[in-house]
Amino acid sequence: MPANKKKRTLSDANLLLLITIVVFFVMYISAVVFLGSGFRKAQMFFNILDANAGLVITACGMSLVMITQGIDISIGGVVRLVCMSCAVNLELQNGTPFTAFLIAMGIGLAFGVVQGFLVAYLEIQPFIVSLAGMYFAKGLTTIIHTNPISVTNEAFKALRKIEFVLPGLGYYNKKGTYINTTIELGSVVAIVVVILMFLMLRYTKFGRNFYAVGGNKQSALMLGINVKRTKFMSHLICSLLAGFGGFVYFVHIGSAATSNANGMEMNAIASSIIGGTLLTGGVGNVIGTLFGVLSLNTIQNIVSSIGLDDAWWTDITIAGMLCLFLIIQSVVMSRTKKK
Amino acid sequence: MEKTAVKKQNPFSRLLHSQMMIPLVALVLLLGFNLLMDPTFFKITLGTNSAGNPVLSGNLISALNNGSELAILAIGMTLVTAASGGQDISVGATIAISGSAMLRILCGTESSPSTLAAPIILGFLVAVLVGMLCGLFNGILVATFKIQPMIATLILYTAGRSIAAWINNNQLPIVPGSTFTYFGGFIPGIPIPTPFLIAVLCFIIMALVMKFTNLGLYTQAVGINENAAKLNGLKPAFIKILSFVILGVCVAVAALIKCSRTSTINYSVVAQNIEMDAILAVALGGNSLGGGKFNIWASVVAAYVIQLLTTTLYKFKVSSDALPAYKAVVVILLIVFSAPVVKEKMAEIGKKVRKPAKEVG
Amino acid sequence: MSENVVLEMKNISKSFPGVRALQNVDFKLCEGEIHALMGENGAGKSTLIKVLTGVYGKDEGEIYLKGESGAVSIRSPQEAQNLGISTVYQEITLCPNLTVAENMYIGREKGWRQNWRKINADTNRILESLGIPAKATQQLSSCSIAIQQMVAIARAVDMDCKVLILDEPTSSLDEQEVEKLFGLMRDLRAKGVGIIFVTHFLDQVYEVCDKITVLRDGQLVGEYVIEDLPRVMLVSKMLGKDLDDMADIKSESEEYTGEGAGSVFYEAENLQSNAGIHPFDFYIKKGEVNGFTGLLGSGRSECVRAIFGADHVTSGKVKINGKEVKITNPLEAMKNGIAYLPEDRKGDGIIGDLSVRENLILAAQVLKGFFRPFSKAEAEKAADEYIKLLGIKTASKETPIKSLSGGNQQKVIVARWLFAHPEYLILDEPTRGIDIGTKTEIQKLVLKLASEGMSVTFISSETDEMLRTCSRLVVMRDRKVVGELTGDDLNQNKIMSTIAGGEEA
Repeated sequence: MPANKKKRTLSDANLLLLITIVVFFVMYISAVVFLGSGFRKAQMFFNILDANAGLVITACGMSLVMITQGIDISIGGVVRLVCMSCAVNLELQNGTPFTAFLIAMGIGLAFGVVQGFLVAYLEIQPFIVSLAGMYFAKGLTTIIHTNPISVTNEAFKALRKIEFVLPGLGYYNKKGTYINTTIELGSVVAIVVVILMFLMLRYTKFGRNFYAVGGNKQSALMLGINVKRTKFMSHLICSLLAGFGGFVYFVHIGSAATSNANGMEMNAIASSIIGGTLLTGGVGNVIGTLFGVLSLNTIQNIVSSIGLDDAWWTDITIAGMLCLFLIIQSVVMSRTKKK
Repeated sequence: MEKTAVKKQNPFSRLLHSQMMIPLVALVLLLGFNLLMDPTFFKITLGTNSAGNPVLSGNLISALNNGSELAILAIGMTLVTAASGGQDISVGATIAISGSAMLRILCGTESSPSTLAAPIILGFLVAVLVGMLCGLFNGILVATFKIQPMIATLILYTAGRSIAAWINNNQLPIVPGSTFTYFGGFIPGIPIPTPFLIAVLCFIIMALVMKFTNLGLYTQAVGINENAAKLNGLKPAFIKILSFVILGVCVAVAALIKCSRTSTINYSVVAQNIEMDAILAVALGGNSLGGGKFNIWASVVAAYVIQLLTTTLYKFKVSSDALPAYKAVVVILLIVFSAPVVKEKMAEIGKKVRKPAKEVG
Repeated sequence: MSENVVLEMKNISKSFPGVRALQNVDFKLCEGEIHALMGENGAGKSTLIKVLTGVYGKDEGEIYLKGESGAVSIRSPQEAQNLGISTVYQEITLCPNLTVAENMYIGREKGWRQNWRKINADTNRILESLGIPAKATQQLSSCSIAIQQMVAIARAVDMDCKVLILDEPTSSLDEQEVEKLFGLMRDLRAKGVGIIFVTHFLDQVYEVCDKITVLRDGQLVGEYVIEDLPRVMLVSKMLGKDLDDMADIKSESEEYTGEGAGSVFYEAENLQSNAGIHPFDFYIKKGEVNGFTGLLGSGRSECVRAIFGADHVTSGKVKINGKEVKITNPLEAMKNGIAYLPEDRKGDGIIGDLSVRENLILAAQVLKGFFRPFSKAEAEKAADEYIKLLGIKTASKETPIKSLSGGNQQKVIVARWLFAHPEYLILDEPTRGIDIGTKTEIQKLVLKLASEGMSVTFISSETDEMLRTCSRLVVMRDRKVVGELTGDDLNQNKIMSTIAGGEEA
């Protein structure tokens, strides 16, 4: 029995994370080497990050519920609702970016409290609860406003323009002028969220409770953890991050339509999985999720830059990548079981 | 609680405690609501359609008609849920794939041919084959690679509509002739909508399968305790894959009806969100989404309840975009009241209310 | 409350729909005592423990704890922990995805910060002091079950508890580990901790306990000092009747003398599976009862699983009635007349949500085929017949099997295999975790079946059970077959020395 006890020093979680990070770098570096052009500029990387800052934030929330053995497919709907509500507030009600932000967080809070309550305290399956949540959010969006709104509020426009120059990463264009590499406020915020979530999950007892509940609910209860509250908090935080991520997304695109954030929940789930979060719960890491988002979008860029730019190739690529990572996970997990 | 458990079960109390109760109560509530609001909701008329054939029309008929695809999918979805403890979220996308394959056979490479390139039956068989292959793909991921069903089917969910577009090279071919429209409309001389007839045919086939095979017992055994099932000589992987393949057949039948309704297929919107409705039907039918015991007929009734809800909402001039919001509210209410925790609490409150009353009296 | 009483439960009652699990039960625990809580399955032990630990609320009664004024109310395991009541359950109640150190400390420390360095250091120190071979940073799922159990105990011990509840902690430990645990329990007793010990092993009770409280059918039978209650008395208190069944039941049974008596039914040469056992040879005659014995983890279960094709068979030659056959999966084994009752009743045996009837016909149904279901009438007839035959206590044949007691669940699984009419029945720990009455019934049944010509392989952790039923024992050590005992060699001493091997025992 005591045989091969010391063999496995790398835990499943770390192994999955490592695979994700390695895959991302291999992919990006080979894009730089073989495709060159845009990929050689650092700006390309930060453009990917800028465009997906909202997704990164919402995907962090998704990872959290998945770690706690739940799922929240309402986040795409919540993001859409946030966009439309904020746009209506800014354009039709003379709101300020601050009131819009409050509305975004309010929507997140409302969805979080209701869904968290239904899942944690009434013990209804999270898939069904958030499915209804998604329906509700998407339906409500069209009730609020059906036509696309482009935001013209000055303060909001100013907010959109905030950029940070990254020293040393710029390049000289053909005319010899130095072009700065910039990063949007949203990306900075997203990185901060990832770091905060990482610290919370790793270095607080509050955070470790999510892993315990996801690992074995019954045991967690016996170990003295308030399972219901932990589940509630996971959904609350996820919805709050959906509200927050929705606002960041809204700031990035600067307009609202009833087709916003279509399929975002699936992208968030896919990113979490690629990032090494198991849907069976108990294993996951937001750093992985960040790399999941980046990998997913880098591969899309690669596919379109090698000429496969028919619309369907994007989806097929994502699906292929998801399939690959699912099989990797499956293999890793069966390795654990054999022991 | 104690009393009801001790009491011998009479047929009525058995119904009261059966799974069927949940969708039936929902059905009665919906019908009652409509009766109160507008009794004309129930009006059924026999008229003639543009082709001069007798057809039945009315809200109830349209619910039965439009709910057919959902009810057919609910059969397969219930089996998949029971066997694998998860749901297939790719059914909408696979309807697009198998529908596109069918049109590819029927129309050849032309986008609007004047004659059929192949008999309809051949097109349908290809659709069935494609549906089964999609099911097989999902089933293998779930059973062999042990990936959770929702996630495994996320792959086809994401890629399905794109694959459908690729099959017909981004065209929307139109099937010629009126025969093809019969499946989604009316067969001349029969006033009942054909989709409903197809659905009933599916139910009959399923009922026969359940009666003359052990599909039900095996599926439940695998869904509840896979290890035990295996030690009793069952092959859990096979049973799971089988359930996905059966769902694939259901998908193909639904695709036939969907395509026939419009004589074409719009792969990006066809059967959109139908996976969500199908899962709802399973849940509303009182089946545990975690797998195990199931009742197909409760799911089927629940599917029609969901369609009736849609019809009712349309009746009240709810726009099709806003529909999901109202549906969500109804669904949440239904689910909250059927949640075991809530039932327990209600029973407790009921007891407390009764106790003081007794003491007084 | 007298000076050294640390816990007193008075008049505890608890009902579930249709069942009165506890009726006015009193229980008293003193400082520095190991107190056995005994009773058959369904006697109310687990319910009492769960009420004490806040998993269930109680309907009536009070709980008093030393140092707390007045009755305390315990609404959750967390509250129980805070009051100094720690529990180690039979099933591991730790999180497999976390590290050993986290499992030691999660849910019980104050403050918001997770101080990894501190908990790792503390955990390593505790593990070392208790002699548990694990590391703080190891993922729990990479430890063996026994070590996981030890970690759970270490956690409880470290919590400065006044009351430590051990709910069948020994069922997955081997002898040395049990000894280590007992050493630990004695240490804690010396430190003044009150220990409630729930177990089915009578030997262990008499080895380590000071007092015994016996429950039966949800009611208190009495509290006894261990010296005043000989074993036979204890058993009769638990069963509520005088027990003469405990006598040698083997002498009553007759040998099978019918057709084919003495011929070999099953024979395996160099059989090996991927479950890590060495290749072994094995045979069983028609009408014979034999058994595999050895310590926990010696490979007994793996051997019979290989015979049944439950694990992946990698090599070996198998003959049934002298004819060579291939058995690579359970279905092939079943078709060759082999039946297997698995060790883990809950995980591998019962299909919880299905009814007694469905559980009972399952194996026979699978043999009959996918397209030939039993009619409802046939199934009901079979269910009625076997419920009567084995005396299965169930509300009806449509009751979900999970709501039956452990012993009755086991009987349904036995009935399932009997209904499949096998020629060779393998029973892997059929008596584990079930009450003594049912244990005896199952042993008698085994001998009866053998006398009718069935071959039976019987595995049990309790050697006296094996001695009572088997006429031949295959002894295993370290996943290898190391000996075979028959006739006069069948006695405790010989078995022990064979298990221990040539080295000093």
